Amino acid sequence: MNQVSIRIPTPLRSHTGGLDEVVVEASSVREALDALGRRHEGIVEQVLDRHGKVRRFINVYLGDRNISALAGLETPLHESNLVISIVPAVAGGGQ
Amino acid sequence: MIGRQRRLEELKRLIPEVTPLEALDLLDRGAVLIDVREPDEIAKGSAEGAERIVRGFLELRIEDTVPDPNTPVIVMCASGTRSLFAAENLRQLGYTDVKSMQGGFGRWEEEGLPVHTPRVLNALERERYARHLAIPEIGEQGQAKLIDSKVLLVGAGGLGSPAAYYLAAAGVGTVGVVDDDVVDRSNLQRQILHSDSRVGMPKVESARKTLNGLNPLIEVIGYPQRLDSDNVQEIFEPYDVIVDGADNFPTRYLVNDACVRLGLPDVHGSVFRFEGQVTVLWPGRPEAPGPCYRCIYPEPPPPELAPSCADAGVLGVLPGVIGLLQAVETIKILLQLGDPLVGRLLHYDALRTRFTEFKLERDPECSYCADGASFPGYIDYQHFCNAAA
Repeated sequence: MNQVSIRIPTPLRSHTGGLDEVVVEASSVREALDALGRRHEGIVEQVLDRHGKVRRFINVYLGDRNISALAGLETPLHESNLVISIVPAVAGGGQ
Repeated sequence: MIGRQRRLEELKRLIPEVTPLEALDLLDRGAVLIDVREPDEIAKGSAEGAERIVRGFLELRIEDTVPDPNTPVIVMCASGTRSLFAAENLRQLGYTDVKSMQGGFGRWEEEGLPVHTPRVLNALERERYARHLAIPEIGEQGQAKLIDSKVLLVGAGGLGSPAAYYLAAAGVGTVGVVDDDVVDRSNLQRQILHSDSRVGMPKVESARKTLNGLNPLIEVIGYPQRLDSDNVQEIFEPYDVIVDGADNFPTRYLVNDACVRLGLPDVHGSVFRFEGQVTVLWPGRPEAPGPCYRCIYPEPPPPELAPSCADAGVLGVLPGVIGLLQAVETIKILLQLGDPLVGRLLHYDALRTRFTEFKLERDPECSYCADGASFPGYIDYQHFCNAAA
């Protein structure tokens, strides 16, 4: 188990009481998201679809790499102080 | 014997001379040919492949063009006299292999060697763009390229305002603006192209007034219409770069698809409250293609998870930051400078003051931009986005 920070995008912060970062203990990305979901109800359903896959308008990055280019949700967390970022598509142009 | 004559004879003994034909041959073999004549002389033509450094700035600028003092250098002028003096100056700076071209450009032209007539700036342009001309990476040729460039902004809103403002200032010769909206007072917290006295005016008209007020030398073309599948290609076709500052997903996908179809770079920016994203989507990039919007986000979020700035709000300054990053990327693309933000997403968190970069991958199966994929056509974008689940 390693400590990992999960960065929460603005549209999902209603689920974390406004927190922009949540630190959990996990040994894979999936475990990290599960731990996030246990702490903040409803958020994981926004990130994963009902088949448990990352939604197609969201990317999950470990460091600067998309987990889909690694081992997906099973990507292991080998070291401490890693950062997982949840980045959704945003369309706003300030209109 | 007067001093000039004596000195010239000394220089002729000191500086090896080559004919224009020999100079051309050396140029092909890696030598640098430098034309030291004045801008008004060069305006009428110069040797093709020659670098241009006016005699008065030769010592100050030579290292930007020829960093290695052992590079063979040939100096040319109009007749082969000034080039002798200039060659001697370069020798004194430490250049070890400096020659002067006999007969100068006059003889080069007589012998029918290749001539390039560079785009030269007029006095007004030189004054206005002086700070660009002082940058070796831009200079006169780079500025001329900007003047000949065409950039289209999708949206004259929060992102389009700062981007258009600076692109116009930089001298991008044709700035197109697509927006079917009129100025509303609530826009003025961030949309700096517009003003209080223009509430109710079409945004493209307000944009044109502001941009031409800042720079009357450029042409601003307004498209007071909504982009759709029927007009997108005709509007985009004349442009070199598209700057996407739209405010909704249907337009984002439409802009992407048209850029993929036309091979144009899509300089993408988006904002949400205190967060912004920038990237350059460019699968048509000749040297190293990057992903398109669909590679990164194959589907839009359902409407309830995609609030607009109107609903969710946005820090007024934030689109300023993101729109200006889009403007910088646009200029880099036009001038082929540095590394464009292709295959990388830059994320800005204003509250933490943190820029984070993510690597973006092309989707080898992408239905729009995969290698060898034929363009599937434009779709009903409203339906595509409303149907997202």
